[in-house]
Amino acid sequence: MGKNFIYLLFTLFCCAILFSTCEKILPPAPAENELLDGPIPGLTGAENARFLKGDIAFNDEIFTPQTGLGPLFVATSCGSCHAGDGKGTPFTTLTRFGQTDHTGNQFLHLGGPQLQHRAVLGVQPEGIPNGATFSRFTPPANTGLGFLDFVTDADIVAMSDPDDNNGDGISGVPNWIYLREYVASRANAIAQSGKHIGRFGKKAATYDLLQQTATAYNQDMGITSNFEPYDSYTGHEIDPEVSNQTIQDVVFYLQTLKVPLPRASENAAVTARKQIFQKIQCAACHRPELKTGYSPIAVLSFKTFQPYTDLLLHDMGAALNDGYTEGSATTAEWRTPPLWGLGLSKNSQGGKYFLLHDGRAKSIEEAILLHGGEAQNSKALYQALSPQEKQQLIQFLESL
Amino acid sequence: MKSQFYLTLCFWLFGVLVLLAQNDSTFFKRITSDSSKNQLNLDAVYNRPFLQAGKTPVAVGGYVESKVEYLQTDGVSEGYQFQMQRMTLFVSSSIHRRIKFLSEIEFEEGTKEINIEFASLDLQFNPMFNLRGGILMNPIGAFNQNHDGPKWEFNDRPIAATQMLPATFSNVGMGLWGKYAKKNWIFGYEAYLTNGFDEQIINNTENKTFLPASKLNPDRFEENTNGRPLFTGKIALRNRKFGEIGLSTMQGIYNKFVDDGLILDEKRAVRVWAIDFNTTLPKLNTFINGEWAWVAVNVPETFTQQYGNRQSGGFIDVVQPIVRRKIFGFDNAVVNLACRLEFVDWNIGTFKETGDPIEDKIWAIVPALSFRPSAQTVLRLNYRYHAQTDILGNPAALTGGFQFGLASYF
Repeated sequence: MGKNFIYLLFTLFCCAILFSTCEKILPPAPAENELLDGPIPGLTGAENARFLKGDIAFNDEIFTPQTGLGPLFVATSCGSCHAGDGKGTPFTTLTRFGQTDHTGNQFLHLGGPQLQHRAVLGVQPEGIPNGATFSRFTPPANTGLGFLDFVTDADIVAMSDPDDNNGDGISGVPNWIYLREYVASRANAIAQSGKHIGRFGKKAATYDLLQQTATAYNQDMGITSNFEPYDSYTGHEIDPEVSNQTIQDVVFYLQTLKVPLPRASENAAVTARKQIFQKIQCAACHRPELKTGYSPIAVLSFKTFQPYTDLLLHDMGAALNDGYTEGSATTAEWRTPPLWGLGLSKNSQGGKYFLLHDGRAKSIEEAILLHGGEAQNSKALYQALSPQEKQQLIQFLESL
Repeated sequence: MKSQFYLTLCFWLFGVLVLLAQNDSTFFKRITSDSSKNQLNLDAVYNRPFLQAGKTPVAVGGYVESKVEYLQTDGVSEGYQFQMQRMTLFVSSSIHRRIKFLSEIEFEEGTKEINIEFASLDLQFNPMFNLRGGILMNPIGAFNQNHDGPKWEFNDRPIAATQMLPATFSNVGMGLWGKYAKKNWIFGYEAYLTNGFDEQIINNTENKTFLPASKLNPDRFEENTNGRPLFTGKIALRNRKFGEIGLSTMQGIYNKFVDDGLILDEKRAVRVWAIDFNTTLPKLNTFINGEWAWVAVNVPETFTQQYGNRQSGGFIDVVQPIVRRKIFGFDNAVVNLACRLEFVDWNIGTFKETGDPIEDKIWAIVPALSFRPSAQTVLRLNYRYHAQTDILGNPAALTGGFQFGLASYF
């Protein structure tokens, strides 16, 4: 056996070892509870395949003028605004204008309700018309939306307390909205004078994830569909630029994104922190636990989950009143945002916090201190906490 | 259809040559590349091993590159991927002592991408004054000029030289080139006017300013998108002892600002500058090769900042021969240790909304071990590790993995 042959065998052996141990010396996956994206565990193979189709459409499909982008737009893809399926930043914040009360938007003829402040080559973008009030909306995280989608209307109504009958100073109300013609009402939907309960969006003015998706394609990217066929630039009905199938795949993707996993296991310390959360009445609006009704997606059906929201509108006081609204909400009313995944927000916001509806709060504490209106009492209770208790509360919120 | 045509053409061309060779065993004569230090990067296009067919003025050659890789990004892998990166065929012809023609056709990833990378006629009036016309490779940086796979110890081409600068960016055009040598010094220049970029550099699915997107325009060999030529120029200086340095630039307009006499937009410029160098350290024989480039694109203020108006990036390769002797029966075989460092900032600037820096960067380190049984053939084993941040600067996606490949002229 020649020397060369031994060298050759040794080289081949080294290569084989190297390639067979690849997985052990390559960049590992981050811990599951450090990520917002990924499907709900327990989806079937077919559901996983559909999730992936939606994932590609949501995160990888970049629109260009050739594929329908704009001419006016806010972003070039869904994923541009929701990095890692998390919250957005001021760069991806959108602006809505033109409505001050329940009578509707008075500036639809001037480009309302959404400002498209970007445009393709050779086209001028929109500006906010004189006299129009506006509000900026930072994109929310997408995680767990499917669970919120299948909370029953009855449960939402049960949490509301329009007249503050329990005297806690908190009077959550649903946003009653008219349905878009392509949106089907839910089974056992509750209606009031032809209006239904909205649950998505900063003002809860969106009924379901189909409306959310079709509207985002149209208003954020300038992509028309059979659902939203009007071009946001010309106002004309034009050929669809995205298929029904793609829209439905994205809806399915949003429905089946997993919920954020808590980053602190249940122990005495966490329980103590949670008690502070309860003590200062955060949980009156940020309801720790909700449950779903029936869903055709088995893993979403009749499940209990922890979103820390009640999906209702609350008056948040003058400081957060931008003078703009949607649906039946007043300008000072905002839907309680879910707090789950709050601690992971920085991972999609470039290492910083941009909290509240428009990202004005740069820390959790600042967000708490900007609460007013129905939350005034909770804010006062927070301010009365000891520094250690405040720290514990913020640790709790970051662990959600 | 186009790919089938080229495949058929190549098949018949080589078929004819093989038949001729079978009739005459001395039919092919190998013309080896010039390894002297009289060459600049601009000579790379002709400085390749060719097979000359008998006494005909035609010579043929080519190279092949393939690899297997196992890469993983944040714990997720696509598994083992075998890739036929490219097969390139070149045909050159000496029509006259001072008139030459060379063409290069490249098949990437099977027949997924087929390009005529080079098809130019050179007329030499003087060594300092050569006219070149046809499809030519815009000489931005050194990699574009000297990109043949078998010359490199790494399975992947540098990111900055392929994705920031468009790799093997060729266009129809013409211009001048020349060389002048005196004692230890060689000076070279190239200056061409060609068809240029188009709006795809900002209207693309990469979600970033991406000059190579213009390569997707199949009409660029027959139509200039805006009628304005792209200027590409390069000067290079080599000292036989110290190495070579090159400075190059591309300057043009990328958008269709007027159509049918109607003004559509203002003229929007694309400007690129690059510096490249290479040297071999005496005694150690360490080969160092690097390139850095800057891109400036006039992106409208009203477009999204996702598409940056400035980019920069480059790479440096260090190749150290560690064994040079007969190995596995190959005389003059060489084993090299090598390492590449590379970086690209896809979007230099700050967000208008916050003033925070725009991230969107990639850096990579690629240690390598290569075995060259002959100068024209290389087997290479690379470990690749790169980190990529998105535009917001969120936690980087980490990719790592092994690549094993081979490349050879034939």
